[in-house]
Amino acid sequence: MEKVLEVKNLHTSFFTHVGEVKAVRGVNIDIYQGEAVGIVGESGCGKSVTSLSIMRLVPPPGKIICGEIYFKGEDLLKKSEKEMQKIRGNKISMVFQDPMTSLNPVYTVGDQLMEPLRIHKKMDAKSARRQAIELLKAVGIPDPERRLNQYPHEFSGGMRQRVMIAMALSCQPELVIADEPTTALDVTIQAQILELLKQLKAEFNMSIMLITHDLGIVADLCSRVIVMYAGIIVEEGTTREIFYNPKHPYTWGLLKSIPRINILSKERLIPIDGQPPDLLKPPQGCPFMPRCRYAMRICKEQCPGLYSVSESHKAACWLLDPRAPAVTWDREGVNFG
Amino acid sequence: MQVQIDPSLFEPIRGRTDVADEIVRPSITYWQDAWRRFKKNKPAMIGLVTVIIIILSAIFVPMFWPYDYATQIRGHENQGPSWEHPFGTDSLGRDLFIRVMYGARISLSIGLVASLINLTIGVLYGGISGYVGGRVDNIMMRIVDILYSVPLLLYVILLQVVLEKPIEQAFETSFLRVFKGIGSDLILIYIVLGLVYWVNMARIVRGQVLSLKNQEFVLAAKAQGASAWRIIWKHLIPNAIGPIIVTVTLAIPSAIFTEAFLSFIGIGVSAPMASWGTLASDAYRGIRSYPYLLFFPAACICITMIAFNLLGDGLRDALDPHMRK
Amino acid sequence: MGRYIIHRLVSMALTLFFIITITFFLMHAIPGGPFTREKPLPEAIIKALNEKYHLDDPVWKQYLDYWKDILRGDLGPSFQLTNRTVNELIGLGFPITARLGIVAIVFTILVGVPLGILSALRQGKWQDYTTMFIATLGVTIPSFVLATVLIYFFGVVLKIFPTTSGRLTRPIEYVLPVIALSGYSLSFIARLVRSSMLDVIKQDYIRTARAKGLSEFKVIYKHALKNAIIPVITYLGPLAAGLLTGSFVIEKLFSIPGMGGYFVNSVGNRDYTMIMGSTIFYSVILVVMNFIVDIIYVMVDPRIKLMGTKEG
Repeated sequence: MEKVLEVKNLHTSFFTHVGEVKAVRGVNIDIYQGEAVGIVGESGCGKSVTSLSIMRLVPPPGKIICGEIYFKGEDLLKKSEKEMQKIRGNKISMVFQDPMTSLNPVYTVGDQLMEPLRIHKKMDAKSARRQAIELLKAVGIPDPERRLNQYPHEFSGGMRQRVMIAMALSCQPELVIADEPTTALDVTIQAQILELLKQLKAEFNMSIMLITHDLGIVADLCSRVIVMYAGIIVEEGTTREIFYNPKHPYTWGLLKSIPRINILSKERLIPIDGQPPDLLKPPQGCPFMPRCRYAMRICKEQCPGLYSVSESHKAACWLLDPRAPAVTWDREGVNFG
Repeated sequence: MQVQIDPSLFEPIRGRTDVADEIVRPSITYWQDAWRRFKKNKPAMIGLVTVIIIILSAIFVPMFWPYDYATQIRGHENQGPSWEHPFGTDSLGRDLFIRVMYGARISLSIGLVASLINLTIGVLYGGISGYVGGRVDNIMMRIVDILYSVPLLLYVILLQVVLEKPIEQAFETSFLRVFKGIGSDLILIYIVLGLVYWVNMARIVRGQVLSLKNQEFVLAAKAQGASAWRIIWKHLIPNAIGPIIVTVTLAIPSAIFTEAFLSFIGIGVSAPMASWGTLASDAYRGIRSYPYLLFFPAACICITMIAFNLLGDGLRDALDPHMRK
Repeated sequence: MGRYIIHRLVSMALTLFFIITITFFLMHAIPGGPFTREKPLPEAIIKALNEKYHLDDPVWKQYLDYWKDILRGDLGPSFQLTNRTVNELIGLGFPITARLGIVAIVFTILVGVPLGILSALRQGKWQDYTTMFIATLGVTIPSFVLATVLIYFFGVVLKIFPTTSGRLTRPIEYVLPVIALSGYSLSFIARLVRSSMLDVIKQDYIRTARAKGLSEFKVIYKHALKNAIIPVITYLGPLAAGLLTGSFVIEKLFSIPGMGGYFVNSVGNRDYTMIMGSTIFYSVILVVMNFIVDIIYVMVDPRIKLMGTKEG
């Protein structure tokens, strides 16, 4: 299979008036064609900044410090702004978190939907309009001819997110980055949007990078999962591996905070205590150490590298070191061996 | 991985989970934070210092200056700036410097008094409107909307014309005689400017009250049986104080400006006392021969306006809690 | 949209009703009537004048009569310039004032908006600092000071422009008065556009526009500008009011025989009918301006339509 995206050692920082906030600190990601990869973590862990870095749309005072981002073998960081404009919305497109604010309130939906078709595919107004109607149909918006002439405020949140998806798909991109596409929506609408993404992924054979803080929606759509914490990758593997054999205490915490639908079980949701570290001064040791129940002295002093668990499964935790005490995990609790 | 690691490093450390909840950055109070931000804002500090200098010189300079604002010095007519008369003298031989200083007293007092009247009316009106709510609020705000769409300067002029005689009479006949020394046309300006420009203040206070009144601490006070006045006075006003201070600070220069404008079209404070506007207006006729007569009062107006505006903008940035980081 | 317009029309009528009523009663609250002078006029003349202007009728009758006249578009005779009506005086002065005002509005918008955009796009650079420095001066320096400075330097010292503009027949006569008159509003608009532009370019939909692959030019001039311009439209009403009242002083300083000059004279002479008539005339113009602005506002911002109809 062909690699669509390869991110190597990406560092992105924000130069604020109090100092350099290192939001992304050496991230490596591979995405293959037709594959959906989930990137999971709490807010502020650097997942959105990673995605904006790929688009080269990090807002100031943010800056990509170093790294390489290969899209189909070409380094995006070496491209000019003009060349990037030809890629954005055309080869790589993005669906944003909040559909209520992501559409321009003073232009009609049709106008905004036709824009990428006009500039990338050089369509004339008439065929762009025809194509836009097809797209609205494809994302399940009834009465598309009429809807095209309406303004965003006349659409519900779920419908706007469908418009955003239609816009992202309009030029049949090879990679769609979906940044928390369902977070701002009601639960029932969330399920519909996920279903839509799944169906469209099969239809268009594109790759998806799904960014979310919710492991539940990853299970549904993605074949691989990357867990980020404090600007670094702490664990990655296939969805099965992450759900059934997680190795990092942070992943354990995330898994325990997913609700399971079982009225009979008296199980409680367990939140992860504490806050992520201030990335103005990233800790010298493992960033999760202060919140980790299994922290060891070494965790404070040195940041662990990625240990390979299997060919596809890696985790950055000192517990995986042969010298560490054995700690195993299952959904009901953690056992010290 | 790392080969040369001491095995003892792999001992678990327990009971350290609280570390993550430590607050990394020190906490400071609202006023400390506001002052810290204000101090960092250079233009605002320049504004503050300038305002203080203007106020102090308006108060103290006339106390030791050798000339009086009305003294006509024979043989010193129409002199340019010199050591003896730093701003020169006018056609009657009066020292312009001391006239500008007295002008500062008059113009600043207009700014302050008019703003305080605005403040009182605005806070009462906006506070009642926002606090009572419902129909009352609706009607009161409709009135404010009407006032807002009207060119208020016209009504300042109108009131000025209408109230001229009643006020003059009041200061001749009633107990108000004691204030006669201030001059009835100065009092007229205070009242007229105070009566007209409270609309902005009322709107801001109402907005603040509306957003605050449903917050928990007000509900708690209500639940304890506090009276409406007590709630407004003890809870709402202190919380709305930031925007109110900013609005008052910005109302001062606009009152000074309006008075100068009125003086310029001939209905401001009249001789022998003179506001900056009057001085500038009088000087305009001789602009070809004696431009310095215009320059000094005009410069004072501009500097004061700029200083108060910088101060107001700085206060806004410093006091606006939404800007807190 | 239809309901919105009706709603706005009703509130406009209400506003005008209040304005006329308040103006009328304020003017009639002056003790001693309009003919009281330092040197009292002979009893008989006052009586004749009162009769002529129906001032001995009861106030409510005068009020109703005034309404009848106003609805016919008649603002009554001038008290000071006998044989002239207020309508005639307005007819003489207003066309000149309107010409000056329109040129000033166009100048304000054509210069203020681009300056604001430039400043926002170059935030923190010298273009931004220079523009904002000048704009800060512009909103704090009173128009009459600016006017006198302009007259002194460009008229008296450099002699490039005429110091008096007369009836504004030549383009060169417009230059100084227009700059002096629009200095404040131009600076205000530049600051307004800058802050609104800075606010808009942080919005999510601007990020969306960039993510679509639009050029920076299109992002700014198509997606950001239309949003950023909305506050400017709300300012058009106060802008017109400011220019009209500002012209009182400007016309005086440049000896332009416009409406402002007549009005200031009428204030000086205590020509009550003229003061009352001009106040009402100005108010009507501004209230109608505000109405038009509200309609433009709805056309530019599609979100308002909903709110307006819900309310009305």
